[in-house]
Amino acid sequence: MSKLNITTADRNPFSGKRGMNSFNNRVFTILVWTLGIAVVLFILGLLFLILKDGLPKLSWSFLFGLPSEIDEGGGIGPALLNSFYILFLSLVIAIPLGMAAGIYLAEFAPDNKLISFVRICVEGLASVPSIIFGLFGIALFVEMFDLGLTILGGAVSLAFLNLPVLTRVTEESIRSVPKELKNASFALGATHLQTIIRALIPAAMNGIITGICLVAGRAFGESAVIILTAGVTTSGEMWDFSLFSPGETLAVHLWYVQSEAIVPDAQDIAQKSAAVLVFFVLLINLVFRIPLWLNSRRMTR
Amino acid sequence: MIDTSSAAGQIDLGGSLLTGSGKPFDRRKRLFVMNRLFRYVCIACAAFVCLILFLILLLMFRTGVLTFGDVSFSEFFLSAEWSPETEQYGALLFIFGTFALTLLTLMISVPLSLLIAVFLSTFIPAWLKNVLRPVMDLLVGIPSVVYGYLGLTVLIPIIRDVTGTGMGDGLLAAALVLTIMVLPTISRISDDSISAVPKKFSDASYALGATRFQTVWKVLIPSARSGIMYAVILGMARAIGETMAVVMVIGNTPQIADSLLKPTSVLTSNIVMQIANVPFDSTWNYALYLMGFLLLAISLLMIVGVRWLQRKGAQQ
Repeated sequence: MSKLNITTADRNPFSGKRGMNSFNNRVFTILVWTLGIAVVLFILGLLFLILKDGLPKLSWSFLFGLPSEIDEGGGIGPALLNSFYILFLSLVIAIPLGMAAGIYLAEFAPDNKLISFVRICVEGLASVPSIIFGLFGIALFVEMFDLGLTILGGAVSLAFLNLPVLTRVTEESIRSVPKELKNASFALGATHLQTIIRALIPAAMNGIITGICLVAGRAFGESAVIILTAGVTTSGEMWDFSLFSPGETLAVHLWYVQSEAIVPDAQDIAQKSAAVLVFFVLLINLVFRIPLWLNSRRMTR
Repeated sequence: MIDTSSAAGQIDLGGSLLTGSGKPFDRRKRLFVMNRLFRYVCIACAAFVCLILFLILLLMFRTGVLTFGDVSFSEFFLSAEWSPETEQYGALLFIFGTFALTLLTLMISVPLSLLIAVFLSTFIPAWLKNVLRPVMDLLVGIPSVVYGYLGLTVLIPIIRDVTGTGMGDGLLAAALVLTIMVLPTISRISDDSISAVPKKFSDASYALGATRFQTVWKVLIPSARSGIMYAVILGMARAIGETMAVVMVIGNTPQIADSLLKPTSVLTSNIVMQIANVPFDSTWNYALYLMGFLLLAISLLMIVGVRWLQRKGAQQ
């Protein structure tokens, strides 16, 4: 067979093209490999670049200190606190609403035009640029309710930003639960609510937690919404949990220090803030995924 | 999992009707009521999500349309003179900037991400894939201000050195930063859709004597076309809506960008830089809201496009 192949190839008038093909193939292979390796190195280099300048210089007085407008040595305490506070508040608002909407779409919704329109709405809301949520937050909280730039406004706007993502993730993960599980639960006499809470949600937990982790990382690093709705200043006190004080977060602080502030050590603060920011985003990813990993180990065993 | 003592009577699948007659608030009744209640709560939440979208559309439109009280339609869209201090509200330069930036970003990022998607889906063994995919996901998680910060402190000095210009910020810097940001989005989704091409397609191609290059180029990529289009549109949406990373490297000067290295401004960056300094009831502010409404309309149109693509993909 192979002999036949060779002889036909020798007589093949297109045999010149063959060399071309293998040349193309080789160039393509080398190109893809180089690029793939370059991208991986680039990502690792990027993380290293952010973390190496900032992390070794961190100190407690920086992490918990008050920021200063004029002098050197300002900290990021209130901004860091606000980051977590706003993240927490926005998740508290968005998770129940988003999950309930996702459960409705996956479990209760009839299959008709209206529901497919609702799905388009959710998808559309998920793709709305974050700055639009900021403008919306201004129109709603600053103008309509006349609250000014507050933590509350920032957290609610951020929750709106995350809501559609959570809805979609919940819907998709509940849909991917095997039908047998649901039928078995019904067969045991469970109501629909019991089935959802005790059978479907635990089985869909992996997907839902991945989604929450994605959303939390995004909320922690989000800045456009916060600048517009919670402002670029803090109340200037540590441990201020008031919902109505201005709530600059760490991501906003990084931008503010880098582009507007007049402190002499702005560069230094920016470096350290960026490192802290990336560190916490990586940590959120890790912490949320460890139970997931353990869970999948338990399932497979 | 389920309480064995609950003899919940005859049950329709999912219906859980109360048939027997128990005490007024026995367990059965409570379950029934909770079941109903939960359903209504869920409906309300789904309605709420839609309501937010319409509320945003309404508020943006209602505020934005007030611009035309003072500025003519053609001035806003066709004039490139943006100086609110002298009552000139021409938004053309921002619209142009946004489209130019998106186009430039896609021109750099789409070929790169396609190659990476091919690398992830067909070149490397499965164990390496499982390591590399989460690494790509890490890139998505890095906050956009950090990208902007790196662009400002690392990329712009490099551009300055290479090109010999004094400033370095402009469309090129912004497009490079955005490329890094949309790269993981486009390549991961394309990777998924290339991986989803049935294995028999590539087997058939190899059996015909095609090289790997030919298989990827003529079989895998065409088969995964609709998924790749979806990825590109998502990347485009991200590039159009990205704010903070762009603000930090684009220069924020209201002039039309006729060169890659000229400081300019786009819709998002202009909104975020100016919104804090203008009173709410001014034409300036209305114009900013109108620009926001434009962004919103563009991104919603893209979603309709995605749905259309998906339907087309499903029909095939």
